[in-house]
Amino acid sequence: MITPFQIAYKNLLRKKVRSLLTLVGIMLSTWVLVSLFGFNRGYEAALNRDIDNMGYQLMVMAKGCPYEAATMMLQGGKGLRYMEPSMVNDILKEPGVAKVTPILMQAFFDPNKGESGGIAGFYGVDPASYPALKPFLRFRKGGWFHDSAAAEVVMGYEAAELEQREVGDLTMVPEKNVPLKVVGILERTGSQDDGTIFVPLKTLQRISQTDQITTIGIKVKKDADMEKLENRLYQLKDVQVVSFSQVKQTVMKLISTARVMVFSIAIVALLIAMVGVVNTVLMSVLERRQEIGILKTMGAMPGDIFRLVWTETLILCTLGGVAGIGFALLFARVTDMLARRVLPYAPSGGLVAIDLRISLLALSIIVAVGLLSGLYPAWKAGSIRPLESIRGE
Amino acid sequence: MMTENDWSLKARDLTRVYHRGSEEIRALDGVSLSIRRGEFVSFMGSSGSGKTTLINLLGCLDNPTSGALELAGKSIFGAGKPLGERELTRVRREVFGYIFQNFYLIPTLTVQENVALPLAFYRKPGAEEEVERLLKLLGMEQRRDHLPGQISGGEMQRVAIARALVNRPEILLADEPTGNLDTRRATEIGEVLQELNRSSGLTIVMVTHNPGLARLAGRQIEMRDGLAYES
Repeated sequence: MITPFQIAYKNLLRKKVRSLLTLVGIMLSTWVLVSLFGFNRGYEAALNRDIDNMGYQLMVMAKGCPYEAATMMLQGGKGLRYMEPSMVNDILKEPGVAKVTPILMQAFFDPNKGESGGIAGFYGVDPASYPALKPFLRFRKGGWFHDSAAAEVVMGYEAAELEQREVGDLTMVPEKNVPLKVVGILERTGSQDDGTIFVPLKTLQRISQTDQITTIGIKVKKDADMEKLENRLYQLKDVQVVSFSQVKQTVMKLISTARVMVFSIAIVALLIAMVGVVNTVLMSVLERRQEIGILKTMGAMPGDIFRLVWTETLILCTLGGVAGIGFALLFARVTDMLARRVLPYAPSGGLVAIDLRISLLALSIIVAVGLLSGLYPAWKAGSIRPLESIRGE
Repeated sequence: MMTENDWSLKARDLTRVYHRGSEEIRALDGVSLSIRRGEFVSFMGSSGSGKTTLINLLGCLDNPTSGALELAGKSIFGAGKPLGERELTRVRREVFGYIFQNFYLIPTLTVQENVALPLAFYRKPGAEEEVERLLKLLGMEQRRDHLPGQISGGEMQRVAIARALVNRPEILLADEPTGNLDTRRATEIGEVLQELNRSSGLTIVMVTHNPGLARLAGRQIEMRDGLAYES
């Protein structure tokens, strides 16, 4: 026997183009919504991952622009000021500090990079303290440096891929023309480490003809009062303190404008889809007035007709919603790529993380909005009186 | 001696007045009649004579302005208070099956699905078996999987008749059932109705402009100026 669901489904097949266009509208708004939810979740997760992979929660550097400093740490760059390595010992004395590591970031102009040259960043790290802060780093081949002043490099996964280097190869430091031997290539981490070239601190200081450092990474004890520690570190002369929770907040603030924009687009898309659903279902009800009247002569109660029309809305929204989720999953990489183009800072790894929970949430919103849109047409259909509809022929 | 149960339908002084602006139109002007169980009654009359208004009231599609209606001894109208859409639907689905000049088949449903359509909303016990029986009875079993667009007008009206009968109604109301059919197919449908009345004792109340079709009914009533006259 035929069920009300089958009747509703077959009703939608009468005007295939109209139903299809409505479906496309719902699908597009679901796509935007799922991508937005996925981005909200993915971006923060990627940022957290990048920060966690730093291995330390605070860094101290010579006074300057903190945003520049944060960007330098995460993406590389030029123009940082230097500070004395003796600061390391001063900081280590602070209560609440578990471990510290001195870092020298240097950037050299490489004329062979890109079409018109580019910056090649080198990350001078202390072989005694840096690996201990990042015990999670795994090597695809080789290992850390043989001694603290060796003419060696350890390359991140992508840096090695990009430069086509293997363990045992030589790589040149641009501008300085100093050859360094590749002794280790890291496994992919999904963080900024993938694109980093690590050099022993002393080696990079020798190449750069300096005995200073740019940054000190600080791993804080678990029970330490972060705010108090930060305040004490600020007492040190000519330094600034950057905590990664601040960096995170700053970056999240920077992208919040973009999020508001995308969210507004999602709401507009939802409203357009809602109007589409009202239009499609209402038109379909008005075209079927007489038929609905006849259904009532057959014994259909107003509630039966209401449910029948509401089921049509439900089918449209569910199909459109599922298609939208499918497209969002299918084109997540494209969305990721587009987001990277417009964002002021994009962490490494996937920016759009769509999972079952997000998909179900978006589907629930679309279905709820759709059912809300279907209320009026369904009520209108339910209140059709058979005599008036038959007379109207 | 007739008992209450022998009467299918009893109307007493049924009146229906419409208002068009300040004008009062008495579409039905106090009609009283009784129809026995198993009767085949036709109503003839010119346009505006009140025949459709009467069949709408007898079929509980509308409330009368005044007057009373009893179905199988049970009072439907007459308490002075018009019935709401829900109450009218409850009466309709228990008692009546309807066929109209336009067949109102759902174009995306097959013949079989159209016949079974009323069962999606209301189902009397054992009504499921009626679908197959009626398809066979009305000669549509070979067309069960066809869509309405693939069958003739006469066949469409047969499907509409089967759909009207699937819930085993007491009374079949037919409003101009052959109005959209040519003479040959109109005669076929008339014969189908006559056969249903004879073989299964179905009470049929029919409105028609077609004198030939009206003559197939055992009893003919002529409508003039909102009043009913037995022929």
